[in-house]
Amino acid sequence: MSRFETSSLLQLTAMRFRLFFRESEAIFWTFVFPILLALGLGMAFRNRPADILQVGATTMQLTQALAADPGLAASTMDEAAGTHALATGEIFLLAIQRPGGIDYKYDDTNPDARTARMVADHAIQKAAGRQDAVRTDSQLVHEAGARYIDFLVPGLLGMNLIGSAMWSLGFAIVDARQKKLLKRMVASPMPRWQYLASFLISRLGLLVIEVGVFLGFARLAFGVPFRGSLWQLGFLCVLASLTFSALGLLTSTRAKTTEAINGLMNLVMLPMWILSGIFFSATRFPASIQPLVRALPLTAAIDALRGNMLQGMNLGQLAMPIAILLTWLVVTFAVSLRIFRWR
Amino acid sequence: MIGLKTATAPTVYANGKKPSLLLSGLRKAFGDLVAVDGLDLEVARGECFGLLGPNGAGKTTTIEVCEGLTPPDSGTVELLGLDWRTGAAELRQRIGVQLQETQLPDKLTVIEALRLFRSFYNHGIPVDESIRTAQLEDKRNARIVTLSGGQKQRLAMACALVGDPELLFLDEPTTGLDPQARRHVWDLVDALKQAGRTIILTTHYMEEAERLCDRVAVMDHGHIIALGTTPQLIALVGAEHIVEFAVTERETREVKVAPLLAIPGVQSHRVDAGLHQLSVTELHTSVPLIFTALDSQGLNLSEFRTHSATLEDVFVNLTGRTLRDE
Repeated sequence: MSRFETSSLLQLTAMRFRLFFRESEAIFWTFVFPILLALGLGMAFRNRPADILQVGATTMQLTQALAADPGLAASTMDEAAGTHALATGEIFLLAIQRPGGIDYKYDDTNPDARTARMVADHAIQKAAGRQDAVRTDSQLVHEAGARYIDFLVPGLLGMNLIGSAMWSLGFAIVDARQKKLLKRMVASPMPRWQYLASFLISRLGLLVIEVGVFLGFARLAFGVPFRGSLWQLGFLCVLASLTFSALGLLTSTRAKTTEAINGLMNLVMLPMWILSGIFFSATRFPASIQPLVRALPLTAAIDALRGNMLQGMNLGQLAMPIAILLTWLVVTFAVSLRIFRWR
Repeated sequence: MIGLKTATAPTVYANGKKPSLLLSGLRKAFGDLVAVDGLDLEVARGECFGLLGPNGAGKTTTIEVCEGLTPPDSGTVELLGLDWRTGAAELRQRIGVQLQETQLPDKLTVIEALRLFRSFYNHGIPVDESIRTAQLEDKRNARIVTLSGGQKQRLAMACALVGDPELLFLDEPTTGLDPQARRHVWDLVDALKQAGRTIILTTHYMEEAERLCDRVAVMDHGHIIALGTTPQLIALVGAEHIVEFAVTERETREVKVAPLLAIPGVQSHRVDAGLHQLSVTELHTSVPLIFTALDSQGLNLSEFRTHSATLEDVFVNLTGRTLRDE
């Protein structure tokens, strides 16, 4: 028999890969879904050329003054039609000629409408002969690294790492326990550590594909920058994945049914999806809950990934989030092994 | 307890070998439920031994204590001269286990599952041999999800076999299988017996115990209530034949039992839901007299049949209940 056939660790690990690649749903959620999410959000929040704002005016003269500004598209309409166009969102602002001057009709809670108010006023005042007191020029910045998609990609990577690690461990273990497979395994001479190790090995193997595909896509489709060292980024992904695997293991130690583990997983992950700054910065939460937000492993992972990718920070500069991840890793792994139920 | 040789000290066999399994004073409770209540048992090498009893009798708890999966509350377990506290690693290598309701991963193939289990053992039989023994050659590369119930059960037994165990535990190997698949599993157990392995199996099918086991322990409520070979156990009924009858007047009239028991050769009587059972030593002399006795009471028969006494009758005799009641 070959070495592959006699090594129980290799056989167990091979089983993990086989079961993963024969589960088409798992492949979708692990590889395809993060890309679709990045694609969707990237398109929704892509940096478009500065918007041309639609405005209306009640006289031809006003319309001409407004249309002179490249940021505005103006059309003439009477007050009733203009009010209707405002209500339906066709225009952001209606300029009404009054005997004593001009009224602007707009919604001041809408940022685009407020912009339209400023641009329109500038255009009308300029047409009326106002001179600028100070001469100004603009330098336009559309640099990679400062866009929303650049902020989003490390967040989605963190979300993908926690999801795949927790599901692949937690769900598979509880499924095996429910089907009495776990009990059958410990009734054989299988070394128990190898069973758990096979999960970690297969996870790290899949991680290479998963992270490579996702980041490769982000690079090619959006030109997301990698300012830090790539091997350090790899180290951070491995550390985060192991930490989340330990968390998945802890979640699975006692659950007896797959229904129970579903609920537990969501209980563990949902607060982190909200608090850990996947889609917006975690610093936006009130100062009173910041210590809690900072202590979450997903916050630490995403902070470290953003620090590496966007700011080019090295491992030394990321010591704090790394320390938080290591603490979670060691503590949850140790507790899991102590309370793990094999049957 | 009937027919039980209590094993307080290990029997020394002629060849100096210790028994395959030795249990003494075994007790296990789950909360208030005492599953196994002071069990003593000895199984010799090469023996096929059956634990027979209804669901909830404590069979599975007993076998899982033996397999080292459940620690007993008190009592000792000795397998192959070793115990679980000091010899667990060696024991795991030397025994084979088939649990009651293991589901192997659906998406593995037969050969992959067997290779996996084979890799856990230092010594064992080639995977292909285990596939041949379990008659799964056609299904070698089929995913487990595509196997029938009987094929899955034979695969589970093959997984227990790949380590070439000296002692094999089979927990309800045929429960839930159709008669044909059951016979197929029996043939497999027969083949294993021929190979000289010690087999300990649990079942609640008396015909299975009769067909496969050299000796049978009948369990009920955590106790062994009878132990011996099938003929020995059937002898406990006191007669070799069972006569069963029912009368058309069962709703309206009592059957007088005394005249029936007075018939020579009739050993005992019991009635369950209108069905009367007599244990009888000599059918050809007793049956005409039974007809006469019923006729003289003015009763008409709606059912009448006889069969050779089985382990089922042993259980009914000892507990007043049938194996299927539970």
